[in-house]
Amino acid sequence: MIINQLAVYSQNEVGKLLPIIKTLGMNGINIESLNIADTPEYGIVRMLTSDNVKAQQILSEKGFISTITSLVGVEVKDEAGELSKTLETLAKNGIDIEYIYSYSRKDGKALILIKTDKIKEAEDLLK
Amino acid sequence: MEKYNTDVMTMSREDMEKLQSERLVEEIKYVYENQKAYRAKMDEAGVKPEDIKSIKDITKLPFTTKHDLRENYPFGFFACSMKDIVRIHASSGTTGKLTTVGYTQRDLDDWSEAFARSLAIAGVTKDDIIHISYGYGLFTGGLGAHYGGEMMGCAVVPCGTGNTQRQLQLMKDFGATVLCCTPSYALFLGEAIEKDPNLTIDDFKLRIGVFGAEPWSLGMKEKIEEKLHLKAYDIYGLSEISGPGVSMNCGAEELHVQEDLFYPEVVDVDTLEPVPDGVRGELVFTTLRKQGVPLIRYRTRDLCSIQHGVCPHCGRTIVRMSRVTGRTDDMLIIRGVNVFPSQIESALTKIEELNGSHYLLVVERQGLLDTLEIRVEMNPKFFSDAVKDIEKLRKKVDHEVTSAIGIAAKITLCAPGEVPLSEGKTKRTIDNRVIE
Repeated sequence: MIINQLAVYSQNEVGKLLPIIKTLGMNGINIESLNIADTPEYGIVRMLTSDNVKAQQILSEKGFISTITSLVGVEVKDEAGELSKTLETLAKNGIDIEYIYSYSRKDGKALILIKTDKIKEAEDLLK
Repeated sequence: MEKYNTDVMTMSREDMEKLQSERLVEEIKYVYENQKAYRAKMDEAGVKPEDIKSIKDITKLPFTTKHDLRENYPFGFFACSMKDIVRIHASSGTTGKLTTVGYTQRDLDDWSEAFARSLAIAGVTKDDIIHISYGYGLFTGGLGAHYGGEMMGCAVVPCGTGNTQRQLQLMKDFGATVLCCTPSYALFLGEAIEKDPNLTIDDFKLRIGVFGAEPWSLGMKEKIEEKLHLKAYDIYGLSEISGPGVSMNCGAEELHVQEDLFYPEVVDVDTLEPVPDGVRGELVFTTLRKQGVPLIRYRTRDLCSIQHGVCPHCGRTIVRMSRVTGRTDDMLIIRGVNVFPSQIESALTKIEELNGSHYLLVVERQGLLDTLEIRVEMNPKFFSDAVKDIEKLRKKVDHEVTSAIGIAAKITLCAPGEVPLSEGKTKRTIDNRVIE
């Protein structure tokens, strides 16, 4: 499946993450997953939220810079070896992964999220 | 051509020099008799009024500096009594002391004339509605544009600075055709229109922008023209010499100097010797008709070059000056290299992934080494969620800046709004070095 992710730019400084998160919270937007690609100077905060479009609009009004990106999402069993199966499929078919992360859910499933140029191909392979 | 002094605008060089010579001889006599501070300088240099017979003799005269004016605060350079002074302006100094300038009625009339001529050069006519967003007050921008516009016979809207929403409302409702303000505020207004869901640029009738009081790049000029749908013109001036209108851009790159009133020279920054046409140096002005505070060979600290001859763009013969590309005092010396914010601005505004006009330079000294950080806003359209794309952009900016200024800088990409433009003059540099 294709999953939309919201990415927000932030300087890598004390207290910079808080206003982003606070703005979302105050507007009733729930964050389902969050991770940060960090560099010494800045970070890119990547999130799945309950409403990415609304979140982007609100953040943009507050002066944050953001973008919505499509990722390939794969639901797997939250068990050892599941991720390697997914990676094997992609590697065999020459799909380059730009970045990847995952989170485990309460229902015993894990969601793997993959950013790739060949999004359609990857989605078909992982169905 | 335009209504204002066609004869002066297209005078032959010979006639102009004759006029300038007559005026300089008078001005020097007047100054020697009435301005103690400059008489002392002339005496010290061993120059008498009789030594000045033509404009060519101007190089015999000593320079006046901003420091001289500050030392003689508030009225030491006034050449007439308060009986004849009708207005006082002052410009703020970074060191705290103000520079004060007093005007007689004739001084104000000459200045208005210079501004009206400038409007004419830009193609403004008495049918225009001029919206003035320069500050009114001690700063010369507001009142200079105001009386210049009135002298031309335009409908002048004296809005002043601040309250951008109201300014836009008035500009729209009144159908202003000409906007006078600082270039950074012009851009600010353009961006405010874009952000406002209830406004589009089609609601406005602007056709000409007369922008000055701070240096700006051609890249920024293009941005303003694109956002405000008008033709942007540079106006130049300084309160010490009168105010805005000392020179004006005719649509080509250079600016025409009102040289029958304000005589320009360009001198080498180190030797203070005049340089030939086309060679960059410090701009020096001599007022040829001022009564309140005449200034002789006043060093502006602005860097540019001048060019004589017929303007290929508009046909005027009055001398042209290049756009001011920096100031001797906003020049940063970083690791021994002279760096001008305007060079950096030019590089940044060429990069489409940036909002290049929104930048701030921060200079620090770490140990013995100077560091330059350039904070610049990204264009949200080009933001990517991948670090490699942001890094690619940083490298591109780094490359452009390094080739423009010759030294490396740390590039910090910011979100929109993190490097704001101000409603007056925008501060572009923070120098945190402590020089012992």
